[in-house]
Amino acid sequence: MTQLSINVHHVTRIEGHGNIIVNAKDGKIEEIKWEIPESPRFFEAMLRGRNYEDVTWLSPRICGICSIAHATASIQATEAAFGIKPSEQSMLLRKLLYHAETLQSHVLHLYFLVAPDFLGADSVIPLAATQKEVVLRALRLKKLANDLADLICGRKTHPLSCVVGGFVKIPEAQQLKTMQQKLIEATKDLKKTVELFKGLKIPNFVRETEYIALKDSQEYAFISGDIASTDTGAAPVTDYLSITNEFCVPHSTAKFTKHKRDSYMVGALARFNNNYAQLSPQAQKAAQELGLKAVCHNPYMINVAQLVESIHSLEESLKLIDRILARGLKEERPEVKVKAGRGIGAVEAPRGILFHDYTYDDKGILTQANCIIPTNQNHNNIQKDMEALVPQIINKSQEEITHMLEMLVRAYDPCVSCSTHFLEVKFI
Amino acid sequence: MKPKVAFFDFTSCEGCQLEVLNFGEELVELLAQIDIVNFREVRSRRADNYEIAFIDGAITTESDMERIKKVREQAKVLVAMGACACLGGVNCLKNFLPMEENLRIVYGDCARYYNTIPARPVSSVVPVDCYLPGCPMNRYEFLKLAKALLLGKKPELLNYPVCVECKLAGNICAFDKAETCLGPVTRAGCNAICVTSGRHCWGCRGLVDEPNINSEKEILQKHGLTIQDILEKYRHFNGYLIEAGGGPTQHHSLSGEGQLERRPSPPLPLSGEGREVSK
Ligand code: SF4
Ligand code: SF4
Ligand code: SF4
Repeated sequence: MTQLSINVHHVTRIEGHGNIIVNAKDGKIEEIKWEIPESPRFFEAMLRGRNYEDVTWLSPRICGICSIAHATASIQATEAAFGIKPSEQSMLLRKLLYHAETLQSHVLHLYFLVAPDFLGADSVIPLAATQKEVVLRALRLKKLANDLADLICGRKTHPLSCVVGGFVKIPEAQQLKTMQQKLIEATKDLKKTVELFKGLKIPNFVRETEYIALKDSQEYAFISGDIASTDTGAAPVTDYLSITNEFCVPHSTAKFTKHKRDSYMVGALARFNNNYAQLSPQAQKAAQELGLKAVCHNPYMINVAQLVESIHSLEESLKLIDRILARGLKEERPEVKVKAGRGIGAVEAPRGILFHDYTYDDKGILTQANCIIPTNQNHNNIQKDMEALVPQIINKSQEEITHMLEMLVRAYDPCVSCSTHFLEVKFI
Repeated sequence: MKPKVAFFDFTSCEGCQLEVLNFGEELVELLAQIDIVNFREVRSRRADNYEIAFIDGAITTESDMERIKKVREQAKVLVAMGACACLGGVNCLKNFLPMEENLRIVYGDCARYYNTIPARPVSSVVPVDCYLPGCPMNRYEFLKLAKALLLGKKPELLNYPVCVECKLAGNICAFDKAETCLGPVTRAGCNAICVTSGRHCWGCRGLVDEPNINSEKEILQKHGLTIQDILEKYRHFNGYLIEAGGGPTQHHSLSGEGQLERRPSPPLPLSGEGREVSK
């Protein structure tokens, strides 16, 4: 009798905690489970009773890795509730800031969390000695994205200058010009990253699922648009609850979601599958070189989609800076008039679509909050992928199976610290 | 031998861990001097023979309590990293509601699956040797502390208020913009970055050792604010000490002499008996 028993307690190189559990006897699978025992942080309860300014201050702290996404979703939810429309300059700066976070998050994930799997290392730490050039390149790209964010909002982790109504401080034209030059230089580093990933063997695993992402007729959507699905087309953001359908499962503090099928996917691949035609020219070229074609059903290709998006973000940043400079920067004081109401903010965090839904009273005090994070929407899809993948690889060794499952989880880039409602891999 | 270092995350947003990775080339230099044996977020290999433990996050579950005690048993030096670990941080906001209420708000009918305890700083469970305040912590302060530890020294925190740095930065005072700022009683070391970036201070670095509450009161009076306004503001990061009943006067000291934890600050074992940490 062969007993396969995998229990990965706290998968490493993901943000937050998740366990993989697989049990099989004589090739017969008895149990496959993706568990999430993260300590919940109760943000929705914490936001209650705070005024809108405190809400803007607190909401980035839901997740340090995508704090700009949470800040933006939060700001836009409050603006929707109060009926505020930020100026064109503010929207351009917001988009530029957003590209900074997308780039920094994707680079962190690709180089620090994913690449070690392909380069046969347990982390980026030994690579610092053996592949110094690769590590230095990663650090350069990450730092550049950080510097861009610092320039626009004062600080990458827990942004400062972006607030309800716009920006309380704006960069100077000269600083933007210098930044633009640095971004142009960084194109080389991204090209080398494409070369690196071209050489890596990505597992060939296919499972069709539903892909959900924001869609905007004007551009590859990050902070605007409707909710699009590869199954059902577009729906307004206000319909988000009928799409996410959260439910709880006893083995996880994260909530799970489903829409038309058993599960759906959000994130870079879901965005690519819905919006590939709107990618920048260089990003489209890279997708072609890397063999990424829409609609792609291989979850391991999420990482390739992230790389393609990184190139898009860099190209778009250059264009945005041109537009901002051509318009001329001017100081604007965000004007906020509070009023009672409900507002929903939807953005594409690096890991997928994110919703903040706030209700305020007439003094601008938050009375109810609901936040639905991307990782929770992916949990069920990870579970279903595992159920499809394990039978295909059941004859491999326990180590190989474990490794492939860990790589699968990492491909999703689960950011389980996102703590709002809440993951671990255990093979018992 | 390089010192063996471990990173452990408790209930946090992982922003402080991310700050460690946010260095440029300095990170490669640092990696050459230490041996990271445990850092779940970036490394698969895990070992438990560490000497220095960096903790981020607050303690919010029974299992957190057990885990931090184990880390304390192993670590010669335990560093609390960020407002969550140093003060309880934003996590303590939930302490102002009954725990069942928190569970109900977030999980509704599913609340029965989960358990949680009031959030608390690391020092309320085990002794802490060094603090890296801030939300997020300041990565340059982290580097300074790492260098000091490598030399077997105990790093010092600044003990004057954020206002000093703020004035040096040439900012317009937030009080003059009709905002409430916690700068006058909050520990400097962040260069008043929030004020410089157009906001005001929320007190994320905790109180200075002897906060001049009277001068804060004067400022408040001048601007028509009450101590209640400021306590409201204090809740964001310092809720744990407000709960303890004292408000800003009964302060939680980050240099080990506070009233919440009256324990002598022990010499650092790494510097203790002339023990040299190899470079
Ligand atoms: S102190 Fe702030 S940045 Fe650090 S883990 Fe806590 S919430 Fe995140
Ligand atoms: S009160 Fe605040 S804004 Fe005014 S000087 Fe002090 S830190 Fe700066
Ligand atoms: S200004 Fe205040 S809130 Fe901002 S980093 Fe400094 S201590 Fe923290």
